[in-house]
Amino acid sequence: MRIGLAQIRPALGRLDRNLALHREMIQQAKEKQVDLVIFPELSLTGYQLQDLTYEVARTMDHPEIQEMVSLSKEVDLVFGMVEESPDHILYNAGVYASGGRIVHVHRKVYLPTYGMFDEARYFGRGRNIRSFETRFGRMGMLICEDMWHVSAPYLLAQDGAEWLIVLSNSPARRVGSEGLGSEQVWHRLLSNHAMLQGSYVFFAHRVGVEDGVTFFGGSMAYDPFGRLIKQGALFEPELVLVDVKPDQIRRARFQMPMLRDEDVELTARELNRIIARRTEEGTRS
Amino acid sequence: MNKIEEMLARAPYLRVNEKLTVAILTRALREEVEKAGFDRVILGLSGGIDSALSLYLCVEAFGKDRVTAVRMPYKTSSPSSLADAQAAIDDTGVESLTIDITPQIDAYFERFPDATPLRRGNKMARERMTILYDLSAQYNALVIGTSNKTELLLGYGTQYGDMASAVNPLGDLYKTQVRQLSAYLGVPQQIINKPPSADLWQDQTDEGELGFSYFDVDRLLYYLIDCRYTREQLSELGFPSDFVEGVTRRIVRNQYKRRLPVILKLGDRTIGVDFRYLRDWGL
Repeated sequence: MRIGLAQIRPALGRLDRNLALHREMIQQAKEKQVDLVIFPELSLTGYQLQDLTYEVARTMDHPEIQEMVSLSKEVDLVFGMVEESPDHILYNAGVYASGGRIVHVHRKVYLPTYGMFDEARYFGRGRNIRSFETRFGRMGMLICEDMWHVSAPYLLAQDGAEWLIVLSNSPARRVGSEGLGSEQVWHRLLSNHAMLQGSYVFFAHRVGVEDGVTFFGGSMAYDPFGRLIKQGALFEPELVLVDVKPDQIRRARFQMPMLRDEDVELTARELNRIIARRTEEGTRS
Repeated sequence: MNKIEEMLARAPYLRVNEKLTVAILTRALREEVEKAGFDRVILGLSGGIDSALSLYLCVEAFGKDRVTAVRMPYKTSSPSSLADAQAAIDDTGVESLTIDITPQIDAYFERFPDATPLRRGNKMARERMTILYDLSAQYNALVIGTSNKTELLLGYGTQYGDMASAVNPLGDLYKTQVRQLSAYLGVPQQIINKPPSADLWQDQTDEGELGFSYFDVDRLLYYLIDCRYTREQLSELGFPSDFVEGVTRRIVRNQYKRRLPVILKLGDRTIGVDFRYLRDWGL
């Protein structure tokens, strides 16, 4: 199975130009016999949208979104968009489309609103973390900050996901003597979760600059043993091709049977106890 | 070990990965300029290290044929500044102009013969910036900034003067890091080695005027700004409390220089307050 990580350079607020970028990448992917093309977070719109969020939001039946979905007839697609829900709440959403229809939508749950980030000002919060069936097996999607919460990839793996897809827009930060801090932490994060959940992890990341903020690219794929199997170029657009062997998942889970041994009842019981304790503490005078 | 390496050895947290930093800065420079519809840049070259580093970054980003450097001396400017700027021009091979600002500055201050050095210095800085912006129209070029993070935080610069620009590649680099990158990019040694000066009067140095060294203040700023250390933690690291207080006061007092003009709110969506778009909107 061949995955294509579509490391594009979206133009801020320009759906027309970004759609064209998507079409080009998809065409290129088809020529390379790719089975699944994964675009980054907010790939149709760009990232620091601020008030543009309202203008680039699209309902799922909007012609531009339907055009993207129709491009999934020959190759499965994951792309990022601003979704307007029927009750006019805007979500930072990732869409999985296959065979010309939408298979699953993940609405970003954890919206960073600190430091340089301002997402909760514009986006509603997703309420679900669920894996879903595809023609390649069960997958789970997360968007950037979601991956920073241990529970998110855990829930997806417990829900049956063998493939974790992470759509991201991560600014280049903390340029120290050793290199790019923001890239290094992603390596650690993705490697650990690939290993702990015994899953492939695909990190699709963008390039380009928005008001002086550089997105570093370097899209990555980790195998279920936590080993880096491919990384795209830093800073340059690229279709990163990753060939994967589903049997690796089986082998990893035989070798490290954490999923088998995981006690979800214990987790649920302890979580309920912790919730009760926290709520009680919150109301204690 | 040279002076810069000595400083970085004492404060390794200030060291940046040179290759990566240059890669990020040159790509971002190119993208921001080209997105705005320009393919040329212009900048003022004082003979000091900041404008020299900006020049070298621009040449890395655009090639020498798309960069114009402008020297704008006043009659009291040190001749060595002019020569140092020339060394950078010769080394990079960029096109350059020299515009003597003495006539217009002197004409203006004929009316105010008692004007303080501060007023004169600010006027010169703004005169230079109006020239750069005028030439930017002639050359169809964007004005590239030369203020570093240390100066910006301390407010040690002239608003709408040397602090003005369309894109500033140095604004997130402390002075010590400017020195490190300048050495890496081959800025002439004579520029790197001389004491930083706004060159407003003879023997003026930034560090003499500020009352502390850039290296000391960079170390403080790193802990104060980047790491958000408390007064107690800074004191444990050995920073004298009057130094910490003085620098903190400067940062706070000069916040106005780092912001757009305050707009008095009336409507529902006010520019910058609740009408919020990046400059790169749709570019």
